[in-house]
Amino acid sequence: MLINVLKTSDANEKQVTDETVYNQRRDILKSMGFIGASALLTSNSAQAGFFSSDDKETFKTRALDYAPANQLHSEALTPEEKIITHNNFYEFGTGKSDPVENAQQFDVNPWSLRVEGLAEDPFTLDYDELFKQFPLEERIYRMRCVEAWSMVVPWIGFSLAALLKKAKPLSSAKYVAFETLYDPKQMPGQKSRFAGGGIEYPYVEGLRIDEAMHPLTLLSVGLYGKTLPPQNGAPIRLVVPWKYGFKSIKSITRIRLTDKRPPTTWNILAASEYGFYANVNPTVDHPRWSQASERRISSAGLFSRNRIDTKMFNGYDQVASLYQGMDLRKHF
Amino acid sequence: MSVAYSFKLKPAHLPWLKLSIHLGALIPLVLTYYQAFSDQLGGDPVTALLHFTGLGAFKLLLLSLTITPLARTFKQGLLINVRRLLGLYSFAYAFAHLVSYVLFDLQLDWTLLLSEIIKRPYITVGFAAWLILFSLTLTSTKKAQRSLGRRWQTLHNFVYLAVSLVALHFLWSVKSGLAEPLIYMVMSAALLLYRRDKLQRLVTKRIKNGQKLKK
Ligand code: HEM
Repeated sequence: MLINVLKTSDANEKQVTDETVYNQRRDILKSMGFIGASALLTSNSAQAGFFSSDDKETFKTRALDYAPANQLHSEALTPEEKIITHNNFYEFGTGKSDPVENAQQFDVNPWSLRVEGLAEDPFTLDYDELFKQFPLEERIYRMRCVEAWSMVVPWIGFSLAALLKKAKPLSSAKYVAFETLYDPKQMPGQKSRFAGGGIEYPYVEGLRIDEAMHPLTLLSVGLYGKTLPPQNGAPIRLVVPWKYGFKSIKSITRIRLTDKRPPTTWNILAASEYGFYANVNPTVDHPRWSQASERRISSAGLFSRNRIDTKMFNGYDQVASLYQGMDLRKHF
Repeated sequence: MSVAYSFKLKPAHLPWLKLSIHLGALIPLVLTYYQAFSDQLGGDPVTALLHFTGLGAFKLLLLSLTITPLARTFKQGLLINVRRLLGLYSFAYAFAHLVSYVLFDLQLDWTLLLSEIIKRPYITVGFAAWLILFSLTLTSTKKAQRSLGRRWQTLHNFVYLAVSLVALHFLWSVKSGLAEPLIYMVMSAALLLYRRDKLQRLVTKRIKNGQKLKK
């Protein structure tokens, strides 16, 4: 659709200055703080926090050099404001608005991403190398959360395959394990069971090597033309668009090639609810959510009819061959 | 308790107390919906509304069940007069909760609503609690109380079942992080424990009735 194509490129424009974004975000925070103060009925810690955070500085992102997406994307992008204020990142709190509230002081520079394990050439990337080692490109992907909402996000990054190839995996490497930064000083959710939703930290994830090498699998360092804000997983995160969002681990410090299937955080927490594969699959319900449809987060407002059918593999049929012969109801 | 409490609630205080309950319940509700309609309620206003109205209904329900213990402990018999109002506002929030769910989350997909009520235990118990609160609301008038006679009390005792179901609904609705729902469970349990004698009598009466029927 031509109109949507235009929208896509519109949204990539760099005229959206940091300042307007900053101010918009402040407005949202302020209005939520207002509710927190006036409401007998809201005692959400995040909202109470908004109040005192009035003059806290917002994390500074910067514009990136990248090759804009050349593929046409038929769906409207989710507004940046939504993408950076509605996050599941329990290291910064379990509420959807906790990460944007609690992560603004997060220090991403210096950073160290270690690539190791069953590989000939293990290596480490520092903060600057994350953006320089591989050419950056924009990829517009649907992001489907297991909680049955979804977004369309213009990511910037490079293929995970490129990074893994640089390390020269041994033929014995069958899986790739990922690990989020462990730093309770910076991540309040890691400090206490209460704040972190009862999860064991650091957050860990994993992929089969063929999934990891698939050209769709992205390591993202930015969105909407700029570096990632912390609530979205700065400075570097995984994006696996055909799997539920919790597979796309954030703020990665370690990537390890291994011959054993690595443990994964939500699977450890509730194996009957969250499988290792976690492929988007409308025919396998989660005990708490029907996965047959999803609500697309957009700017269209409360009355927009944005509940849409969920597609197998989130619509990325090109990955189906990875799972040939597997019973995906069993290996959910 | 023999607390020498100098303050005594007088009939003249009641309108003010009720006014504050009206304002305390209505202002947050109106403001939150205003923010949701103007898209200022975070990334996903729908979920925000569900959480706000759900917690609001639960808090008001607990508050309404706290009135009797409070009135007894502090010898403020008149306090009982606000219990019904709190209960009604609890249902008002629960009503907004369900309407928001059907209208904004499921978007009038009635088959999905039906299958969710059947398939998701947390929705099943939430729905049962909702029906109880609904029937208590319908029979909340003096007139209904008179015409139902003794059955009115029987019906309104179901509020204890409702609060237990809501506590379960909350517990089962969260993905992880059981701390908050557990705190609410403890509060609900404390309020039920306060009425343990009454609840015990209700249960034994039920059992006896059952046995009589069998004979
Ligand atoms: C037909 C009836 C009901 C339906 C369909 C329903 C549906 C829901 C849904 C969809 C959620 C959100 C789950 C999520 O986080 O994704 C929720 C949460 C909740 N509901 Fe209900 N509900 C019902 C009745 C009630 C009643 C009667 C009460 C209280 C009196 C209640 C209190 C709550 C509470 C406290 C939460 C948790 C909010 C939070 O996590 O902050 N619900 N309900």
